[in-house]
Amino acid sequence: MFPSRFRYEAPRSLDEAIGLLRDGGDYAKVLAGGQSLVPMMKLRFASPELIVDINNVPGLAYHQADPDGSLRIGALCRHSDLEFSGLLKGTQPTMAAAAPLVADPLVRNRGTLVGSLCHADPQGDWASVMLALGGSVIAQGPRGRRAIPLAEFVTGPFENVLEHDEIAVEAVVPPATGARAGGYLKLERRVGDFATVGVAVAIETSGSDVIRAGIALTGVGGSTIGATEAAAALTGQPLSAGSIAEAAGLAASAAKPRTDHRGTAEFKRNLVRVFVTRLLGGTTTAATAPAERAA
Amino acid sequence: MTMVFDDLGDEAEEFPVRKIRFTINGKKKVAEIEPRLLLTDLIRRGAGLTGTHRGCDTTNCGACTVLVDGRAIKSCTMLAVQVDGRELTTVEGLASASELHPLQEGFRQEHGLQCGFCTPGMMMAAKDLLDRNPDPTEEDVRWALSGNLCRCTGYQNIVKSVLWAAEKLRAEA
Repeated sequence: MFPSRFRYEAPRSLDEAIGLLRDGGDYAKVLAGGQSLVPMMKLRFASPELIVDINNVPGLAYHQADPDGSLRIGALCRHSDLEFSGLLKGTQPTMAAAAPLVADPLVRNRGTLVGSLCHADPQGDWASVMLALGGSVIAQGPRGRRAIPLAEFVTGPFENVLEHDEIAVEAVVPPATGARAGGYLKLERRVGDFATVGVAVAIETSGSDVIRAGIALTGVGGSTIGATEAAAALTGQPLSAGSIAEAAGLAASAAKPRTDHRGTAEFKRNLVRVFVTRLLGGTTTAATAPAERAA
Repeated sequence: MTMVFDDLGDEAEEFPVRKIRFTINGKKKVAEIEPRLLLTDLIRRGAGLTGTHRGCDTTNCGACTVLVDGRAIKSCTMLAVQVDGRELTTVEGLASASELHPLQEGFRQEHGLQCGFCTPGMMMAAKDLLDRNPDPTEEDVRWALSGNLCRCTGYQNIVKSVLWAAEKLRAEA
């Protein structure tokens, strides 16, 4: 298989890349890791006329903590950079748990977090993680930069709000006001398969109270689902068996799974409940092993 | 290396052929290619290095794994034009003129291959692991090879082969 013909440009700066996109119109695509775009082009699901490869733009491969505690992830930061990052361990439990579960090791060496967010696949792991953390995407275009909260960034399956001449240059996780806890659990039939179900939980505690909570669901609807009612059931009180059960039940109700070859809707909905419970209760079984390994 | 493409006539200006320079197994190369050429084809058809296998062609199996600037990637899922200025290592680059690489030796010692189709990809993914982590556990090896499929399902001996190579490399270090 090979893609249909396209014009290829490899700009050396963001300004140059944005100029190419402005002139290229709706038929241009940005190429970062290419681990979704290249397969789609090979299958002819995507046939862009212009590819703007940003891999030669310097200064985008970072992930770093700012003095205020926010975490910034550049557009060329690969999944494996995050998987082997010393920075995430201890400070970003939800991200550290998810990083080794994205695709497979070879895809992780090439694919990027920001690219995964832009691709807006309802099966994408990072969109759930960033939604649970209250993250945002920084877009840069001819009119400057703007921050787009993840909840507004994705508008549907494989659709985002970027203008045709904007590039997602960075993802940002806001600073924590309390102590972070949480994780990411995913059931997949085999490594590299899309998630049957994935659940991201990110909470912040101050004293014994939960002061912020985010729960988001992967693969159980037409887009990434933010389980906001479930998260609200946790805040303003200490974690308890009762609040965990309530949040788990609300998250399961927020899921919109469909029966397919990966499992029945009922099975998937129950998995959401089980994963939320495990992520908040800290009870472990075999299914949590990958997340524990990353910790 | 020679690549033959369709003559696009008047449309040729719209889809210009690109000249790229890269290093493969330590040797400098130059190629003129269509931007849509996949890296697997540059390596197999262009450079004539057929040790890199085309397996599934859908980013699943890892038989086409090579190192780009030291990192193991699936060459069916990268455009050849993207290796301009970069360094490639394929399975042919593992051995020296006189000696097998410890990974290759390990696969022989521990019977790490049956049909052999997945072997080059397994070795290149293992190379990435051992460069990063010279003393991996069995679980580390299984984790690192989880993007590579062996349809003979000979995983036990593949894992043993990589652990054998790791030990030999540590002894040599």
